[in-house]
Amino acid sequence: MDIHEYQAKEILSGYGVPILPGGLAYSPEQATYRATELAGDVWVVKAQIHSGARGKAGGVKICKTPDEIWDAADDLLGKKLITHQTGPQGKVCHRLYIEAGCDIGREIYLAFVLDRAAERVTVVASAEGGMEIEQLAVEKPESIIKIAVEPAVGMQAFQARELAFALGMDKNQVNQAVTLFLGCYRAMRDLDATMVEINPLVVTRDGNLVALDAKMGFDDNALFRHPNISELRDKSQEDPREMRAADRGLSYVGLDGNIGCIINGAGLAMATMDMIKHAGGEPANFLDIGGGASPERTAKAFNLVLSDDNVETILVNIFAGINRCDWIAEGVVQAVEKIDLKVPLVVRLSGTNVEAGQKIIKDSGLPIISADTLAEAAEKAVGAWKDATGKK
Amino acid sequence: MAILLDENSKVLVQGFTGQIGTFHATEMIEYGTNIVGGVTPGKGGTKHLDKPVFNTMKEAVAATGANASIVFVPPPFAADSIMEAADSGIRYCVAITDGIPSQDMIRVKRYMRRYRAEEKMVLTGPNCAGSISPGKCMMGIMPGHIYMPGPVGVVGRSGTLGYEAASQMKALGIGISSSIGIGGDPINGSAFRDHLEYFEQDPDTKVVVMIGEIGGPQEADAALWAKENMTKPVVGYVAGLTAPKGRRMGHAGAIISAVGESAAEKVEILEQCGVTVVPNPASFGEVVKEILAKVS
Repeated sequence: MDIHEYQAKEILSGYGVPILPGGLAYSPEQATYRATELAGDVWVVKAQIHSGARGKAGGVKICKTPDEIWDAADDLLGKKLITHQTGPQGKVCHRLYIEAGCDIGREIYLAFVLDRAAERVTVVASAEGGMEIEQLAVEKPESIIKIAVEPAVGMQAFQARELAFALGMDKNQVNQAVTLFLGCYRAMRDLDATMVEINPLVVTRDGNLVALDAKMGFDDNALFRHPNISELRDKSQEDPREMRAADRGLSYVGLDGNIGCIINGAGLAMATMDMIKHAGGEPANFLDIGGGASPERTAKAFNLVLSDDNVETILVNIFAGINRCDWIAEGVVQAVEKIDLKVPLVVRLSGTNVEAGQKIIKDSGLPIISADTLAEAAEKAVGAWKDATGKK
Repeated sequence: MAILLDENSKVLVQGFTGQIGTFHATEMIEYGTNIVGGVTPGKGGTKHLDKPVFNTMKEAVAATGANASIVFVPPPFAADSIMEAADSGIRYCVAITDGIPSQDMIRVKRYMRRYRAEEKMVLTGPNCAGSISPGKCMMGIMPGHIYMPGPVGVVGRSGTLGYEAASQMKALGIGISSSIGIGGDPINGSAFRDHLEYFEQDPDTKVVVMIGEIGGPQEADAALWAKENMTKPVVGYVAGLTAPKGRRMGHAGAIISAVGESAAEKVEILEQCGVTVVPNPASFGEVVKEILAKVS
């Protein structure tokens, strides 16, 4: 789960990370009023969307007068911002963060990530700030410093000092930096974050450290023990179909093709999508209905897949282990009868109770195309799609 | 022979008396797995499915001589149960539980390092369908009847895709020595590489099939290791050629977040390392048959 910049800053500030004064606004009125609460003569209006690289997308505006703040807020609220992280569909901005201006001396890149290979938290930093890490890795790989944290004892002060000196900080900044680094680590550990990114971490002209941007991601599997973090979820930043799927216990990812997929198991789902492509089609979605799929859940999966207008054929591929083919078949038949299906449907069942499942499909008298193997299922689905749409 | 589990495995079920534990313990007993008891804290001294229930793993191991365990404990408590198994002297543990927090798994992995190699428990999973040595022992939630005994070792992340591969092989009369599920989580008990090593040492395994997917460095690491160290042919597959970058595809670990983690990149590395890559997921059976014909 991702959260907004202002939420991440509030959390990190509680762990001793210095941030600039700022406030949240939902309207141009609130934005200009917020600015009057902040000292100084320059303010930054920042679009709050779940994505980095907002500056390049026009989501961060520097303002010198209340009128400029009003105009910036008016422009950004309700606007769709497209960055390389949001994908072409973009994300709509509904909240603004108004922050005091900052006299930037230099910029540092800092991130704490869960490193899969090392199986621990790794700190990644570079004195060459102001760039995305992907770009840094390509353009200045030698500038990247990595420190792995031993999970049994956590991050130690000496590691934070080593990092601070390696980033070229002077002795006055090192103490500030140690507090900041250890604070980020504790936030990550205490709250089951998967990532804390401060990009940039700024050294101001008067020599102080401040987190100018902040991003945090959390482990969905650990939210059960962090209700305060769940509360920060902003559903407006999530794909509505994926959100609806998650609320129904289904795992769904929308794609650009025309063949809707209903499959059990993540690996088989990906493999089936690959097989559709191999057979000359394009999958419309990833959908894992999981184990123990009841007829109700199967029906929900059909509704979800059909809520995508691009879907022109549906392929159901079930290899039943915990699931039973007869339950799935019942679910398919019930769903098809209820929703008046207008697109071709190919069903491949295998595994537990396969004969009973195939019999239910056959006896239903519905125009369901049966397939025995994965290859046959993909070929029949692509064939049916071509026949039905006349496309190639 | 087989790896990790066989007719000598004495298996305890952790989370024995729960609904899921009960269902799958029944299936495993029917398959012929030697389930010697189970653990549910607070229910020690009772019987469940005609087997003794214990409060702690240490008691259970002392009373039954168990050497293996399978975990059905819910996610908030599963990491704790895995560590309890490691500390009780269990040699092989399968964690079925899906949804264990990553930081809990980091702790589990760190904890397991405290044991010397000869006392160290092998963990597969979490978030897997389990493992099976056909005809000998099943520790998992798979449909046992789709696996027949034979010379092919299988190791994979995904449960159902593993079933697909096994059934394609069975249709061509090809059997399996052991099929190991390492699970779909980003941090798992053991890696592809570990199991390639076990299969390399197993005299009855002639060919190894490695079924990977997008995300993480494990498939590439294993292939590089195999290139230097394996005499047996490896057949590989990487699911997710059509998966977009940065999106989680069901499994917590199935997300392309770094260079080298997409299916196409992994396939390239596998091929460079001499792994025979299955061109599409419908041809596991045929490719394994060809390779098997060459080695025997």
